[in-house]
Amino acid sequence: MKKVFTRPRSLKDIPTHYCPGCTHGIVHRLVAEVIDELEIFDRTIGVAPVGCSVFAYNYFDCDMFQASHGRAPAVATGIKRVLPDRVVFTYQGDGDLAAIGTGEIVHAAARGEKFTVIFINNAIYAMTGGQMAPTTLLGQKTTTTPYGRDKDINGYPVKISEMLSVLDGTAYVARVSVHDPAHVIKARKAIKRAFEVQLAGLGFSLVEVLSACPTNWGLSPAEALKWLAENMIPYYPLGEYKKPAEVG
Amino acid sequence: MYEAILIAGFGGQGVLSTGQLLAYAGMLEGKHVSWIPSYGPEMRGGTANCGVTISDSPISSPVVSEPTSLIVMNRPSLEKFEESVVPGGLLLVNSSLIDIKATRKDIRVYYIPANELAEELGDARVAGNVILGALLELTGVVSLDAVEKSLREVLPAHRHKLIPLNRRALETGAALVRRSTAVRAG
Amino acid sequence: MAKVLMKGNEAIGEGAVRAGCRYFFGYPITPQSELPHYLAKRLPEVGGVYLQSESETAAINMVYGAAGAGARVMTSSSGPGISLMQEGISYLAGAELPCVIVNMIRGGPGLGNIAPAQSDYFQATRGGGHGDYRVIVLAPASVQEIIDLMRLAFDLADRYRNPVMVAGDGILGQMMEPVELGEEEDVQIPPRPWAATGRMGGEKKLINSLYIVPEELEQHNLKLARKYALIASKEQRWEEYRLDGARLVLVAFGTVARICKAVVDRCREEGLAVGLIRPITLWPYPQKAFEPLMGKVDSFLVVEMSLGQMVEDVRLAVNGRHPVHFYGRCGGMLPVAADVVQEVKKLYGGEGN
Ligand SMILES: Cc1ncc(C[n+]2csc(CCOP(=O)(O)OP(=O)(O)O)c2C)c(N)n1
Ligand code: SF4
Ligand SMILES: [Mg+2]
Repeated sequence: MKKVFTRPRSLKDIPTHYCPGCTHGIVHRLVAEVIDELEIFDRTIGVAPVGCSVFAYNYFDCDMFQASHGRAPAVATGIKRVLPDRVVFTYQGDGDLAAIGTGEIVHAAARGEKFTVIFINNAIYAMTGGQMAPTTLLGQKTTTTPYGRDKDINGYPVKISEMLSVLDGTAYVARVSVHDPAHVIKARKAIKRAFEVQLAGLGFSLVEVLSACPTNWGLSPAEALKWLAENMIPYYPLGEYKKPAEVG
Repeated sequence: MYEAILIAGFGGQGVLSTGQLLAYAGMLEGKHVSWIPSYGPEMRGGTANCGVTISDSPISSPVVSEPTSLIVMNRPSLEKFEESVVPGGLLLVNSSLIDIKATRKDIRVYYIPANELAEELGDARVAGNVILGALLELTGVVSLDAVEKSLREVLPAHRHKLIPLNRRALETGAALVRRSTAVRAG
Repeated sequence: MAKVLMKGNEAIGEGAVRAGCRYFFGYPITPQSELPHYLAKRLPEVGGVYLQSESETAAINMVYGAAGAGARVMTSSSGPGISLMQEGISYLAGAELPCVIVNMIRGGPGLGNIAPAQSDYFQATRGGGHGDYRVIVLAPASVQEIIDLMRLAFDLADRYRNPVMVAGDGILGQMMEPVELGEEEDVQIPPRPWAATGRMGGEKKLINSLYIVPEELEQHNLKLARKYALIASKEQRWEEYRLDGARLVLVAFGTVARICKAVVDRCREEGLAVGLIRPITLWPYPQKAFEPLMGKVDSFLVVEMSLGQMVEDVRLAVNGRHPVHFYGRCGGMLPVAADVVQEVKKLYGGEGN
């Protein structure tokens, strides 16, 4: 009989440090499943960021790097230029990628670096205690926007997928969500495509995943998924923003 | 007088604020006090703890690595910190949520069903103060009145109506240990 | 005035507001986050600006802009963020701009951890940026002292037109202690005729660190050197604890100095003549504290939360006249009083002392 819930080979069998209801774990699993399915485990190298997912280097069983805050795309560039036949991915939060690391992500994308970026947008700096992220929604209260995010003080949320998809160097850009099973399946498809684009040598690929942080949003896991669907998706529309003709 | 108190439990159990209340009361009584929380990703596992030092002389390190008194609100905290109590020290166990016994033979141990007592008083959220009341009774580290006065200063005015309930919680914990004697393991 | 219970990180914020600081630019990092959280609430109350930058590189350059525009301004971070600020600090020093930079030191190198440490001593006192420059470094040891030193930090920054760093550690930032805030003063910020605020009919002002002609840069460097010499002669600060008749003198700053006071007390109880020097300024280093002890003590024991960085400054101050020993813990571990006592006993009255 076929076993339905086996642990992907690419994930280690250890408990994670993520909070109950955190969707980082789901995304780890999707990435690991795709690596297994594409049979690239042995030649995949991952780059973990600074953020709640910093210990991703312990959870993925492939070779891993830990990068300084925001610099994962530069580290991945170095790896991929030395080892062009390997599969390289970064896994980054929104503070990491869209604030301190904006320079690195924009230029890696513009150069068309042939690696894959998994971008976790949870509208918050989770690791450091719930401060405003570049993706924090207008009016959203965080520990550094105690009166709610105000456009006149903090400007507007950054839409990474839209921004990067206009660069000629990007080959595949999609925004997905993991707030319910149907969306998880779509997210998995997008992640698989991103890796396929890398394998085909077509250029830079990025999947933005809308993700829940019940702890720093101050919500229960169920409320957090609902909040994501009702507040984040309208501002951050889901879909494939760019895809090469080669993929269906 | 030197008391180094470690209070440990789940994130939502008010462990940090119970410690702050104790430190505040010590300050009102003119003692040297310090309070320090555990911080960073270790909070994420859902556990929290803080160290409170109350002393007649200036406090050197605020970090409570060898508590004279330990309050544990959940089982992982008992398992993690029991060993750290100084010989002859005091251990207060929230027996509502902890179904195992302490193993040390060289410390005084009291089992306090803090959550049940708090629910009898009408509000599960005062469990921390039930066990704090027991600590005050057993150590005399600060007076019950000083804790009540602290509540008056730290709580916003619209929550002052909760003070009588908190006072009753403190008294309930104190009365319980006044009636019972310490259990020694083994 | 009644005392209040305050966290070290919050005390930095309140101390800054009371020192007349109205601008904060920074990027989140543990273990100093309560400071931005506090100022995000507090600065708007007093008409100030709290702004979260996209990085520490940006934060320190926002400070450069605000300081050059004449404001009392500060930023705050810890290890990795302070490393990113080094370029900006070098520019601030070169352009002689007053500002305050807080470093709540955590374990390094690299991402290290978020536990308390003092291993950024070299970076703070030698400067992690390029060029011949100095930053005044203050090291508080209690929440009360934080309040007092924040005022001093801004005043020194203005007096010498120089960046001032306040160096704490995770413990100092996280702990709560009673503080007396005193009356809120109406702070008069000294005039800043050099600030570039728009000519408004006046003379042109320039905020700059570029001196393309070597002769001119040399003159600029020499001018800075004279300023640093003045600071070194006038601004050394330290605390002495039970130095009377001391044979062995401990040297420690910040949180470690608190632990060393307990060590001194225990040793004295046991009849060992032990005292403590606690530097409050790490730069300029309080060399003057050591002079009166020369020829009168046996040796020094430097205690740090690092593998021995300040020990070099003590050796410079003692200049070979007495042995200087070291004891430290690192990686976020705290020296324990009993272990330091042990170390003192090993050295006390021993060979070669
Ligand atoms: C140079 C530097 N600045 C700041 C930090 C502190 N820091 C650690 S994680 C983090 C933000 C993480 O937020 P995000 O990238 O959104 O990831 P999340 O935790 O939300 O998954 C920050 C600011 C650091 N480690 N290094
Ligand atoms: S703090 Fe938020 S992002 Fe971090 S592990 Fe917890 S739920 Fe996930
Ligand atoms: Mg995030």
